[in-house]
Amino acid sequence: MPSLNLLVAVCLGYVAFLFLVAAAAERAAWRGRVGWLRGPWVYTLSLSIYCTAWTFYGAVGYAARSGLEYLTIYLGPTLIMLGWWWGLRKLVRIGRAQRITSVADLISSRYGKSTVLAVAVTLLAVVGTTPYIALQLQSVTLSFAAFAHPDPAGPPSADADATALWVAAGLALFTVIFGTRNLDVNERHHGVVMAIAVEAVVKLCALLAVGVFVVWGLGGGPSSMLDRIDASPELARWQIDGARWAGLTFLSAAAFLCLPRMFHVMVVENEDEGHLRTAAWAFPAYVLLMSLFVVPIAVVGLDLMPAGANPDLFVLTVPLASGQETLAMLSFLGGFSSATSMVIVAAIALSTMVSNHIVMPIWLRAAGGGATRSGDVRHVVLLARRVSIVGVVFLGYLYYRLSGGGTALAAIGLVAFAGLAQVLPAMVGGLFWRGATRAGALAGLLTGFAVWLYTSFLPSFGPGVVLSAGVMADGILGQGWLVPHALFGIGGMDPLIHSVLWSLTLNTAVFLAVSLLSFPQPLERLQGAQFVSALNAAGSPRGWRGGAAQTEDLMVMAQRILGAAEAQALFRREAGRQGLRGYLPEPTPEFLEVLERELAGSVGAATAHAMVGQIVGGLTVSVEELMAVADETAQMMEYSAKLESQRRELARTARQLREANEKLTRLSVQKDAFLSQISHELRTPMTSIRAFSEILRDAGGLEQRDQAKYASIIHDEALRLTRLLDDLLDLSVLENGQVSLNIREGGLADLLDHAVATALAGEAAGARLEVRRDRDAEDLRLVTDLDRLSQVFINLVANARKYCDADAPKLSIRVAERDGLLIVDFIDNGSGIPVDAQDVIFEKFARVGDQKAGGAGLGLAICREIMGRLGGTITYLPGQGGAAFRLGLPARAAMAAQ
Amino acid sequence: MTDRSPPVFLQRELYRARRLADAARLLPILGACLFALPLLWRGEGGEVSTSRAMLYLFAVWALLILAAALLSRRLGDIRERHGDGAEPD
Repeated sequence: MPSLNLLVAVCLGYVAFLFLVAAAAERAAWRGRVGWLRGPWVYTLSLSIYCTAWTFYGAVGYAARSGLEYLTIYLGPTLIMLGWWWGLRKLVRIGRAQRITSVADLISSRYGKSTVLAVAVTLLAVVGTTPYIALQLQSVTLSFAAFAHPDPAGPPSADADATALWVAAGLALFTVIFGTRNLDVNERHHGVVMAIAVEAVVKLCALLAVGVFVVWGLGGGPSSMLDRIDASPELARWQIDGARWAGLTFLSAAAFLCLPRMFHVMVVENEDEGHLRTAAWAFPAYVLLMSLFVVPIAVVGLDLMPAGANPDLFVLTVPLASGQETLAMLSFLGGFSSATSMVIVAAIALSTMVSNHIVMPIWLRAAGGGATRSGDVRHVVLLARRVSIVGVVFLGYLYYRLSGGGTALAAIGLVAFAGLAQVLPAMVGGLFWRGATRAGALAGLLTGFAVWLYTSFLPSFGPGVVLSAGVMADGILGQGWLVPHALFGIGGMDPLIHSVLWSLTLNTAVFLAVSLLSFPQPLERLQGAQFVSALNAAGSPRGWRGGAAQTEDLMVMAQRILGAAEAQALFRREAGRQGLRGYLPEPTPEFLEVLERELAGSVGAATAHAMVGQIVGGLTVSVEELMAVADETAQMMEYSAKLESQRRELARTARQLREANEKLTRLSVQKDAFLSQISHELRTPMTSIRAFSEILRDAGGLEQRDQAKYASIIHDEALRLTRLLDDLLDLSVLENGQVSLNIREGGLADLLDHAVATALAGEAAGARLEVRRDRDAEDLRLVTDLDRLSQVFINLVANARKYCDADAPKLSIRVAERDGLLIVDFIDNGSGIPVDAQDVIFEKFARVGDQKAGGAGLGLAICREIMGRLGGTITYLPGQGGAAFRLGLPARAAMAAQ
Repeated sequence: MTDRSPPVFLQRELYRARRLADAARLLPILGACLFALPLLWRGEGGEVSTSRAMLYLFAVWALLILAAALLSRRLGDIRERHGDGAEPD
């Protein structure tokens, strides 16, 4: 008998190994080496979280009690996978096209991005999954106890609760670390999926090893094993209740589609639709292997173990009783794997739903509807997820404690299946029927949920716990037709099948009836058309009418949710697609659609729609577009779409021409202004030089002190002239390409130190401009023309000093390396540069507003020329809450400090 | 536009592809029927041994997996040759 300490050590070692696997997968994915990490095989193995501890240990117990009926739990999913061409393919394609994050998000998105539906499905999922998590904790606790107590029929260990608590805490920790490491726009978790795939291999190997040992080691080969099965007093006869056989197959098929954790690995984590092709046969093969040896283990267990031994633990106790401690240990790890992987994925899936559909809407409302306020909300989302994960796992633990971990829990698996299957009518109806409406889906869901609660979930605690024995026998309020296990007076059915039959029938009936009677809103009809015709990838109708949106406001919002770098890349890409430079694309319907989907990947469809709607102003669908949806003649649609796109193209070209024209006009005005400015700039020092030199020449007998003063004035003014002329000369040299670069190596931090010191040198002690820097990120070596680069830095810092009009001016200098570029951002907290001036500030002589600081408007033009010579860029970065300039240098100019 | 129309043998292949997709659609129905078949076994005095039922169920299961593997491989080949457009719905 291995000691408990050894068992704990093996467990911890195994968990540490999983940590390493997950961390290595995350790192590989981060480096872009996804490759086989997300191939079809890993996808197939990740689907195996369907096989939880309930199936790992429980299948044998189930077989010992009810014969081959346990197979229904695997046959349902097998049929679903075999029918991938019909259902799963569509589901996965919609999931990818619409950036679906969970099953609640799917339902909500299909029915007009409804928040109410999302909340309803989320609550249903939490209620349905909690007992299941409790079941996993129970199975780990029981398997620990089986090792601790040699007597298999003995009482459960006293410290079972402590074991369950430790397991729950460990799982929550693992899930928080790998499930919420980043707020990925695709909601994919490479580390978690890899760990689950490894666990899938472990549990399959464990069960096969026990099976092989039982058949060849104890049973004497396959043929004598079959004889032994037929000789077994309990299992020899094929006695199957037809209703249960068909009903359970259907139920497990439904649950396979609706379980939040299955939906998560199958749809949300899916990397490539083509993976379904492999999974379509490989997953059925996996579950076939998982169920192959179940009956032999059950038969041998019933023979070998004393009467009264728990058949749920035969997988563990049969090897133990035969003295195969290593095998028992492997089997224990298999069960442990099944339990942990289920809890981890279920917690991730539920926390995504809870944070996206319950916490975020409340938070957005509480924050005063300010979608355009600055500040990052990603930490709020991540925090909400972490808290939800801990909450979900703790809820499971609580349920385990309250239910006493007894046999009541063992039956709850199918009850939970039945609860989650209530999503099925709304899901299937939404995928295949355009007429399904939000009101119908909500009514059906609530009806099914209520019937399930009353006929299955509440009675599952046993008579007298939640529902009194009187209610169980005579119905609520003595109404005979409301008896929980015999609704409408139809009794004598298996309670579970009774509940599934009534809840799903009434659910579907109400869903269909209300859908037929109600009228959908425009957005519902648009989404319905997109979902139902997802496979005929025709041009999708647009949900947004552009025009009123302020792109800069959208950028501020997108940065809060996607993160600054991703949002900037997205805006730049979309602007490029529209043929514009810079970071601000036109708020066309296409762009709004793309933006909303990106946001939906992080916070769910309903929240994303609401946030974009706040800024755009609710102009969603036009009558013409609705007609286009309703119009079945594809040619008409195609023709008008073509005309429409030509019109847009023309409008865009006209806009670009207008912009170019405006820019030319502005430049011409500026040039005139500059000439008068430059004359003025030249004349002012000239006048004072002339005046003071006349004084020196004509007024005799000046004191030494006055002479020196006048001479120094003349000197200063001459210097000012020289500086102006230097700038002009510098610029013309740069523009003509006559400059020769002096390439040297130096440190970025030193360069910035020097620039800041130089630019702020003129200021009084305790300089007003506060400069914030990140010393760690600046620890880079550069190979470039350091003097020229320094000139650019000085210019930008000096600009911030001169023009930042905040009360407490601050300048942040941020350094990052991205996409082969070294990026240095200079961001101050002033009022920034108005949109209409952003495209001319890099032109010569361009100056913004009133020139209190009196430059000649050459600084940024020189900067741009220098950066061009150094092979880099300088751009204005809008939407940062102040003036922001971004320098990009090719990475070969930079190398990490040795 | 005549030079854009595919040659005859390709059309035949596309026709095959559609029938393959039909087969893929029918497979789960066939599976459901075969898995439900044992419910009708009541012969020989209502006694059917578990081992026979087990052999039958696992054999059907394995055959379905084999059929699904062949079908999905063929469907995948066709998709690679003709792109997504060749996919019948």
